Amino acid sequence: MQSLLELMGVAHEQISQAVSLTALDQVRVQYLGKTGLLTEQLKQLGKLPHEERKAAGAEINTAKQALTLALDERKQSLQVEALNARLQAEKVDVTLPGRRMDTGSLHPVTQTIQRISEIFAQLGFSLAEGPEIEDDFHNFTALNIPESHPARAMHDTFYMDSGLLLRTHTSSVQVRHMENNPPPLRIISPGRVYRCDSDMTHSPMFHQVEGLMVDEDVTFADLKGILEAFFKAFFEVDELPTRFRATFFPFTEPSAETDIQCVHCGGDGCRVCKGTGWLEVMGCGMVHPNVLKNVGIDSEKYTGFAFGFGVERLAMLRYQINDLRVMFDNDVRFLKQFG
Amino acid sequence: MKVSEKWLREWIDTPLALDVIADKLTMSGCEVEARDAVATAFTNIVVGHVLEREKHPDADKLSVCKVDNGRGEILQIVCGASNVRAGIKVPLALIGAVLPLPDGTDLKIKKGKLRGVESFGMLCSSTELGMSDKSDGLLELPDDAPVGMDIREYLKLNDEVIELAITANRGDCMSMIGVARETALVMDVPLNVPEIPAQTIQHTDTFPVDLQAADACPRYVGRIIRNINPQAATPIWMQEKLRRAGVRSISATVDVTNYVLLELGQPMHAFDLDKLQSGIVVRYANAGETLKLLDGQTATLRNDTLVIADATQPVAMAGIMGGEPTSVTDATRNVFLESAHFRPAKIMGKARSYGLQTDSSARFERGVDPDMPVKAMERATQLIVSVCGGEVGTLVDTVADTSILQRKAILLRPERIRRVLGITMAAATVEGVLVRLNCTFTSSDAGWQVQAPLARFDLNIEEDLIEELARVRGYDSIPAELRPRAPRITQPSETAVRREHLRQLLVARGYQEAVTFSFVDPKMEHLLAPGADNIALANPISADLGVMRSTLWSGLLRAVTYNVNRQQSRVRLFEIGPAFSQGEAGKPQQKTMLSGVLTGNLYPEQWGQVNRNVDFYDLKGDVETLLEQVTGTSFYFAPVAHAALHPGQSAEIMTETAVVGWMGMLHPRIEEQLGLEQPVYVFELDMSLLMQRALPKYQAISKFPAIRRDLALLVREDTLAVALENAVKKTAIPQLMSYYLFDVYTGKGIPEGQKSVALSLIIQDATRTLEDAEVNRIVDTVITSLQDEVGAVLR
Repeated sequence: MQSLLELMGVAHEQISQAVSLTALDQVRVQYLGKTGLLTEQLKQLGKLPHEERKAAGAEINTAKQALTLALDERKQSLQVEALNARLQAEKVDVTLPGRRMDTGSLHPVTQTIQRISEIFAQLGFSLAEGPEIEDDFHNFTALNIPESHPARAMHDTFYMDSGLLLRTHTSSVQVRHMENNPPPLRIISPGRVYRCDSDMTHSPMFHQVEGLMVDEDVTFADLKGILEAFFKAFFEVDELPTRFRATFFPFTEPSAETDIQCVHCGGDGCRVCKGTGWLEVMGCGMVHPNVLKNVGIDSEKYTGFAFGFGVERLAMLRYQINDLRVMFDNDVRFLKQFG
Repeated sequence: MKVSEKWLREWIDTPLALDVIADKLTMSGCEVEARDAVATAFTNIVVGHVLEREKHPDADKLSVCKVDNGRGEILQIVCGASNVRAGIKVPLALIGAVLPLPDGTDLKIKKGKLRGVESFGMLCSSTELGMSDKSDGLLELPDDAPVGMDIREYLKLNDEVIELAITANRGDCMSMIGVARETALVMDVPLNVPEIPAQTIQHTDTFPVDLQAADACPRYVGRIIRNINPQAATPIWMQEKLRRAGVRSISATVDVTNYVLLELGQPMHAFDLDKLQSGIVVRYANAGETLKLLDGQTATLRNDTLVIADATQPVAMAGIMGGEPTSVTDATRNVFLESAHFRPAKIMGKARSYGLQTDSSARFERGVDPDMPVKAMERATQLIVSVCGGEVGTLVDTVADTSILQRKAILLRPERIRRVLGITMAAATVEGVLVRLNCTFTSSDAGWQVQAPLARFDLNIEEDLIEELARVRGYDSIPAELRPRAPRITQPSETAVRREHLRQLLVARGYQEAVTFSFVDPKMEHLLAPGADNIALANPISADLGVMRSTLWSGLLRAVTYNVNRQQSRVRLFEIGPAFSQGEAGKPQQKTMLSGVLTGNLYPEQWGQVNRNVDFYDLKGDVETLLEQVTGTSFYFAPVAHAALHPGQSAEIMTETAVVGWMGMLHPRIEEQLGLEQPVYVFELDMSLLMQRALPKYQAISKFPAIRRDLALLVREDTLAVALENAVKKTAIPQLMSYYLFDVYTGKGIPEGQKSVALSLIIQDATRTLEDAEVNRIVDTVITSLQDEVGAVLR
């Protein structure tokens, strides 16, 4: 029978040479298992003379402890190696693109309408909608544009054989809303409008946002205040000079064109503003008493303002789009730019 | 309206620069749209007199001229113009002259040689002087042009033309006098318009005037001028003023009436008296009467059209255009001049209804000062006599309705000014503006009773006057106020299905949002929705945008084609927008649709996943995702025949009560007709049926274990999944929490005509743990139902 010392020497050698957890476990079983070599030695203790038994037992236990410790250490180190190997094996190229469905994007017109709606929502304006096939009354007459008025000629209206028409502005929603809701009113109405005109800078269909506020104390000063606040919020500019020019709309009196300082050149004059430093962006004014009368609102008690502007115009300025027509080509390479 | 600065300054007394005037006009409502110099900044060009002209010895198209420069020299000049001839006076560019060219460079005139003949200057056309865009030949000057005089001085070319956008309410600004008045008003400077003296009468012949339609023509001023010189030339100063206003010179008499129209805003007409029969009748046309107009067209008149007639026939469309047969010609010696007032409402839209648009109608339909006809007549008389001579007859002023010379008083209240503008205005300020406006007014406790000047057809109500106050003082003088107001919560209801949310879902699933036209090609509509009751446009922009769409697919498919043709074969687009149909009782129907198209690969090309073409179930997954947002409503899919869709891959989408939409693979025949070579999938949902969702309502979650049992079944191959589902549903077992298909298989091991389906049942009780036997009973019930309903057999 080998001496304990020799046996341990071999065992420790085997432990250090075990290259896997399985091999290591085999070593453990070989020495410490039920029939293991060291276990056997312990079983042999009883055969020793009583006086030797204690010392021999202590010696075997020490050896067993040392062996257990060595096994554990080796196990740990093998575990670390195994983990390291796994980690090494599982390494990926983190610079490869991820696996996914790509995301699309909202049309710039929609994004612009959403921003406009959100800004006006904070000013207490809710959304209103109306039909796009309109009658003469809501598109013209109620807005103080009588038949044969020269202002109608400016509208290039699409007609149907029935005499109905495609609304030329979202102002028709103003009329419908006032017909059905008593003041005070604060609405905006974004939507499609149509003009029989098509060239580089005109599309037969485009989008407008109409705004209306009617209450007992609405003034031109309020109109200026709200529009100025809107433009600053929309263009995210703290100081954005605006100017209000007198003009004529049949449905407002007084009427104004609103210009903002050119957001491209800061007012120095450039191609976008045709050298003037100003951009015409909106028509507005105090609701004409005839319009209020036409919808049964007492124009002595209530005053109001209305405004209207082109969505594409603002979107083009905001996103530096220089061609109106790309808005309706729906080229995915264009649309993806707004994701 | 084109306004010459020099002409304007004849009446406006201000040292202020044109920049300042232009800016003020723009801000106060007459927008300056363009400014142009009337000639380029050339130098050293004088009036030259061509004394002799000979053909160039070596060039057919060139002439060799002897030209007097008026400075003691006769210059030899080679000229290529076809109208050059001895005796004419033309602009002569001397050696050293500089002519700016349209391309930004300068042409410097030097001594030169053309085909061997020396030339000491250049004779010029109006184009070369920057006075016009095109010209045929040299600019011929009047015989009395002083030879040697600087051409800039002679033609008064140090002038600019400003182009004003006159708004539809300001007919009064469609004349020099109107613009001058407006300028004086907004600049607060004096206006100096010379009085027009009554002309001396040389004979008392008159021509009878009968105002039968006094409602439309309340005033008519006429005068006969006899023995004019029909060959008289329009003086150069008048020609130049007309040119700068954009009016072509025609003949002296016509030029004078045009000049008066520009100067005073009063349209006039000159008839050849000898071609008129008996007298003037102002009446409505008899339907069907015809009139050959000055532009050569013959109009067939309606009975709503006011005409000027003589005893036999209409001779002019009142306020719009004169007739050709009675017009003045180069043989006319006796003229009858008309200066009338027509009510705007009676002229409005009439010109357009005949496809006409004239300087006269543009003014009459906006309103011409009813006090102007006599002044205009005197002015025209003065000019005709000075240019063409002639004997002036008695002026006959027929007024059928004197009320046109009265304005209704408008009450202007200080409180109303404050309520509209948001500022208080001192009484002195208000009155100051009213005075400048030429209003007459009286003040009282209530405010002011104001009578607007006759020319201002736009001033009728209090707000009109308030606008005047605001714009004359400048909108800048009104502060911008962002006042706190009662807050209003604009949040939409939680149970509203928000379009933004649906949009975002589709965007997250790779869709781009498209915006396509509401009018589409009728052929496309016919292909996609045969039998749709489309609404057609009476005046489409083009034939392929001729009908209102009944489905958004036409626009979206057009966009697919557009992209595929540009190497973008993987396209997924959606649109939310209106679709239209005739509706009932002439009330067109507009529905908001949510539509999408899907084609090409499922994923963008990538390294890491197996790619494939999209198919029906990719589309359906997207549709289901959308429908899932409408909680509280159950949706069903059923096979359907749809003209636009593949008969084996098309579904109708329904709720219990309505059809919500359609989806499927585009019919291969249409795919081919659109020139697409890849399958395209489409869906369309009616948004009006998807607007409301249920508010979430909590249901307690069972604490007891759920048991899953899987069934493998054989069914006939054409058994729809929904039939299996219905068979399970029919059992109505409360413990059957959910069930779903997790495999469908045909092929090896499955009998012909059958398919294998795997169904998973999730069984759970809310109050206790189920016994095995109970679970088995439930499963048996389900199996029985499946057998009974669809003939399913356990594998």
